[in-house]
Amino acid sequence: MALANASSERWKWRQPSVIPGFGLTLGFTLFYLSAIVLIPLAGLGIRSASMGWGAFWSLVTDERLIAALRVSFSTSLFAALVNVVFGVLVAWVLVRYRFPGRRIIDAAVDLPFALPTAVAGIALTAIYAPRGIIGQYFQPLGIKIAYTPIGIVIALIFVSLPFVVRTVQPVMEEINREVEEAAATLGASRFQTVFRVILPGLAPAILTGFALAFGRSFGEYGSVIFIAGNLPYKSEIAPLLIFMRLEEFNYPAATAIGAIMLVIAFSVLLSINLIQAWSRRRFGYGS
Amino acid sequence: MELRVANVRKEFERFPALNDVSLDIRSGELIALLGPSGSGKTTLLRLIAGLERPSAGSIFFGDEDASHKSVQDRNIGFVFQHYALFRHMTVLDNITFGLRIRKSSRRPEKAEIRRRALELLDLVQLSGLEKRYPTQLSGGQRQRVALARAMAVEPNVLLLDEPFGALDAQVRKELRRWLRDIHDRTGHTTVFVTHDQEEALELADRVVVMSKGNIEQVGTADEIYDKPVSPFVFGFIGQSSHLKVRIENGEVWFHDRVIGIKASDLPDGPATLYFRPHDIELTDGCSGCIAGLVTVSRRIAGTWHTEVDVGAGHEKIEVSLNADQSAALKGGRIAFRPRHYRIFPTN
Ligand SMILES: Nc1ncnc2c1ncn2[C@@H]1O[C@H](COP(=O)(O)OP(=O)(O)OP(=O)(O)O)[C@@H](O)[C@H]1O
Ligand SMILES: [Mg+2]
Repeated sequence: MALANASSERWKWRQPSVIPGFGLTLGFTLFYLSAIVLIPLAGLGIRSASMGWGAFWSLVTDERLIAALRVSFSTSLFAALVNVVFGVLVAWVLVRYRFPGRRIIDAAVDLPFALPTAVAGIALTAIYAPRGIIGQYFQPLGIKIAYTPIGIVIALIFVSLPFVVRTVQPVMEEINREVEEAAATLGASRFQTVFRVILPGLAPAILTGFALAFGRSFGEYGSVIFIAGNLPYKSEIAPLLIFMRLEEFNYPAATAIGAIMLVIAFSVLLSINLIQAWSRRRFGYGS
Repeated sequence: MELRVANVRKEFERFPALNDVSLDIRSGELIALLGPSGSGKTTLLRLIAGLERPSAGSIFFGDEDASHKSVQDRNIGFVFQHYALFRHMTVLDNITFGLRIRKSSRRPEKAEIRRRALELLDLVQLSGLEKRYPTQLSGGQRQRVALARAMAVEPNVLLLDEPFGALDAQVRKELRRWLRDIHDRTGHTTVFVTHDQEEALELADRVVVMSKGNIEQVGTADEIYDKPVSPFVFGFIGQSSHLKVRIENGEVWFHDRVIGIKASDLPDGPATLYFRPHDIELTDGCSGCIAGLVTVSRRIAGTWHTEVDVGAGHEKIEVSLNADQSAALKGGRIAFRPRHYRIFPTN
């Protein structure tokens, strides 16, 4: 819960602390962030600015790009929402129950982190293709999974699951069983305990997990292109357009699309962070 | 409400945490469960609450067998050692939670809920803090919120598991007095767990002493201290010293001499003599006494804690002397007789 643990205090340069080295660590953090994140991002801005307003505008209003952005955004959002539900469920099972094979499942959650995304993409395509192990059952129903946005969503669910599980799990572990028992002694049913006590307590962590899952999905490329089918206006994602521009050596266009995606991702993440800051102030978490 | 625990047994995966425990709790009583760690106090309290199911036996609320009722239906108030407040709710929301979640047919009006909560806040002396979140309160304040929350549902019985265990000594003392005060005002039947005997003896109408899953004794503070029924209770409550003795024809013998104590109602054979280290009289000479050599004497404030080497086996025994008694000792020799004592046959 890195995002949620930031101090809820109003902005202050320096808080009294037993741990020395504020100046050093802040300096290092700024340097590190600049070198790793900010400078490349600035390069992105400068590069795309070099193409001039007119070209930029015609690129931005390109129907195909808008369609691709819409596909990227909606599938990422959908995958993140699905993972919020099932990721929380997985975390719950892992935290609350002791059963044979629990450690294996626990380890398996991290697989999407470790697996090269292209491998995941190919494997998922094989399974969900019209003649694949699962795809064959949907074929007669007239539902196509691979080569449609549904396939994209499935690939994104796969790669972003660990983000939700791993952010929610530690917070869930901290919830005292006594809190649930307290709710029960006050007359709360299982249902009321879950929905009025446990989940609201987990909300900040769930929101963080959602943000991470969305961010990861929005920029995902490797696992998606195989299963997506990449039909323009239908199942073409924005990162693929970037790749195509790169292959044409049209770097300014590629960076411009990158910059647009960056703005979208940043606004989503920022608004989630603002919600969290607000809830922290309201609920006094993390202090 | 009266409570009756009837022949309750509880095993955790074959480990017996409670063996055949029976206990009657009177309506309006403040009762303490006291015992060393692992003696089953929490288990008994949780069984009464319905947070655990007994392996055997029943628990009655009044005349009604509540053994198969769920926690939710027992209408109890439970206060946990670590408060267990809902951290995303304000103090007011915490206190009103139990009322707000009720079905609309049993739920009081909004205004009434609020009125009741504010009244409780006043009772626990936290007026004005209703908008705070639990993280913005001190430990003692949190525990008082937890108590108010438990009382808000007007429970049949209040159950507290080491409510002051996580607080420092000063706050504990304060809250102790305050809990007694609240109990006297509200009259809830209350059971609380503690392993602090001072807390139990000072606060409770009756004390239940537990050991290894059994109830050793139930009684008022005086009864427990003055008439302990078992060696365990004698040793557990207050200071105690003991000595292995032998009973012959109603006389208590220590090695080859009588120690001036009659035990006419006890059978012949080995036994253990228990007494309070300070509750002794020094004797001149020794026709019926315990005699020995002082090996160590440490002074703590007005009391001399004195270790005496008695008898041929060099048994060590501790007595506490006051200034006069200590001054009266000659040449490291001491002869004394306990004033009050208990003798338990060894079997
Ligand atoms: N859920 C459980 N599973 C297994 N054993 C348990 C469980 N709860 C309690 N026990 C065991 O039952 C015994 C009694 O435990 P209990 O918690 O009632 O003790 P206690 O008197 O409250 O001790 P303390 O003063 O340390 O809180 C202990 O030996 C404990 O190990
Ligand atoms: Mg306990």
